[in-house]
Amino acid sequence: MIDLSGFRDAEIARGLIDRLNVVATKPVKFMEVCGTHTVSIAKHGLREIMPDTLTLLSGPGCPVCVTSNADIDTAIEFAKQPGVIVTTFGDMMKVPGSYSSMSQEKAAGGDIRIVYSPLDALNIAEKNPDNKVVFIGVGFETTAPIIASTIEQAQRRGLDNFLIYSAHKTVPEALRVLVNDPDVQIGGFILPGHVSTIIGLEPYRFLAEEYGVPSVITGFEPVDVLQGIWMLAEQVADGRAEVEIAYKRGVMAEGNPTAIALIEKIFEPCDAEWRGIGVIPGTGLKIREEYGAHDAMRVIPVTPPPPKETKGCQCGEVLRGVILPYECKLFAKGCTPEHAIGPCMVSSEGSCAAYYRYTDHGRS
Amino acid sequence: MRQDKILLAHGSGGTMMRDLIEDVFMSGFDDEILSRMEDAAALDVPPGQISMSTDSYVVHPVFFPGGDIGRLAVCGTVNDVATAGAKPLYLSVGFILEEGFPVSDLRRILETMRDSAAEAGVHIVTGDTKVVEKGHGDGIYINTAGIGVIPEGVSLSSSSCMPGDKVLLSGTLGDHGIAIVSIREGLTFDTDIETDAAPLNHLVAATLAAAPSTRCFRDPTRGGLASTLNELAGASATSITVVEDSVPVHPQVRGASEMLGYDVFQVANEGKMVSIVPADEADAALEAMRNAPYGENAAIIGEVTEGPAGKVYVKTGFGSKRIMDMLVGEQLPRIC
Repeated sequence: MIDLSGFRDAEIARGLIDRLNVVATKPVKFMEVCGTHTVSIAKHGLREIMPDTLTLLSGPGCPVCVTSNADIDTAIEFAKQPGVIVTTFGDMMKVPGSYSSMSQEKAAGGDIRIVYSPLDALNIAEKNPDNKVVFIGVGFETTAPIIASTIEQAQRRGLDNFLIYSAHKTVPEALRVLVNDPDVQIGGFILPGHVSTIIGLEPYRFLAEEYGVPSVITGFEPVDVLQGIWMLAEQVADGRAEVEIAYKRGVMAEGNPTAIALIEKIFEPCDAEWRGIGVIPGTGLKIREEYGAHDAMRVIPVTPPPPKETKGCQCGEVLRGVILPYECKLFAKGCTPEHAIGPCMVSSEGSCAAYYRYTDHGRS
Repeated sequence: MRQDKILLAHGSGGTMMRDLIEDVFMSGFDDEILSRMEDAAALDVPPGQISMSTDSYVVHPVFFPGGDIGRLAVCGTVNDVATAGAKPLYLSVGFILEEGFPVSDLRRILETMRDSAAEAGVHIVTGDTKVVEKGHGDGIYINTAGIGVIPEGVSLSSSSCMPGDKVLLSGTLGDHGIAIVSIREGLTFDTDIETDAAPLNHLVAATLAAAPSTRCFRDPTRGGLASTLNELAGASATSITVVEDSVPVHPQVRGASEMLGYDVFQVANEGKMVSIVPADEADAALEAMRNAPYGENAAIIGEVTEGPAGKVYVKTGFGSKRIMDMLVGEQLPRIC
């Protein structure tokens, strides 16, 4: 296994914090886009040791959290169809949709199975030739190539009963919506390491060039995160706006061309609804017509009841960075990981769950 | 016994059940008290309070790196009895077998149970077997109950932790949970990690002898260290702070936990003991633990503090603090 101890080294971390304290003289808000960053920051208590001038906001980078009620309702509707096996990543199970969750539907008799990889779902399809197996595809550019490759495999193996419901989203254009949001003044983006491994640096260029917002592609260990924040603070102090890579061991400027080609081969862009943000043009991934035989919506066109938003849930504002998780009225009161009202409290990468697990906020 | 698989008739109460008991269980356990074949065992018990505990074992898979369901069934109950400061003496064992379970596997499990009981110095004195139809069980489930005797003058309670007390942990965290998950279907990855399942009654006795004012012992099984410390902090209305860098964790367990997204503080252990000891006896307790079997990696990992009642904190190497929260929902299905 890879030794990551250097990226947790307390000495190096303290050195970075000292340097950060020197450069971060102006009040500024940085947003960590990715849910894995949110968890790392909370788990290592990094917010607590930030300079007073610096505020860290959590963004819309937890794929489960930004999945709309309509998508969850659709997944549930598939499970209600006779002969359909729904497969999903475990994180999605407890996320409440408009009327129910997949975990409630499973308890009520729906055949919903947790898998660790879409390849497991493909194997289920092979073992159950008389059933249709729908995999609920949720995730960003990191998950999309794996799904794309599974669709290719399904085609090669002639498994026509393997279907994908694609609720995938792509990140960069969502960031444009956030920088345009007058409610949130983002002074810098801690850009997602894993997504950038696939898409590289180019798709973020507009953040610096059109909006003058500094951005740094950042890794996930505490030293990685501190380095990313320090590089952002340096840009702010210097009055620069660039897209830089702090996570050089994981990301190349051009990304992963093979993975990008695979995404483009199987998917085409479409509009996507993000929870809390709304529809963002071109940020969804729809299965291309040539692969339509594996598109769950084409093969089993379901119509779930009209979606409704949960009363009092402020996940949308949390995801946009307008409020911090503990500023939601339901945080730790009506909404806890055991009885979650909104997805940000359910998902292991959700910012509410991270704040709830690792900080004192809202808990007496 | 001629059959190589368990049949429904083995639970019938008739001759096949007698064959199973005599050929498999009696010879497997080879215990003098059990072999008297009475419906109830008559036991000699030294003076003192009785400590009693029971637990059921449904781990899947039944065999895993470093152990099997039998070792868990003996050690788990021995350790629970020992946490009261007791010397464990006797165990009962109940088996629920699924029709078709291989007799050779059963023999293997009985052998581990016999060896683990011998290591702990306890007798398996009474037992029961039921057989359920195929599809109504998962091979084998085991229940054990145990009793032990608490020596005069020993009175441990989780409510007696006081600010200033030290928190001791007998060894590395998370080995059992990661050993199990490493061989789960679909999650196979290479590690040398083995379960830590072990009887800790000798370690408890040695610690108690060296640190007679020890407040309590707890074994951090399901829910891991996080659940144990949160329960202790709650019961004693104190706060506990753990120094992250002082907690022993095998590098492979750390790596696997990272990869799987587990918090190592929440991963299960089957052969670890936490004890809360007054500061002036902490060094003696640590030395005793380190010299006891299964205690060589013992460490002082934190202390009880005034702080908000019932809260457990982790102090990171960077000087920040976070909550050590209890596991929500299930992490790994059926690990013990």
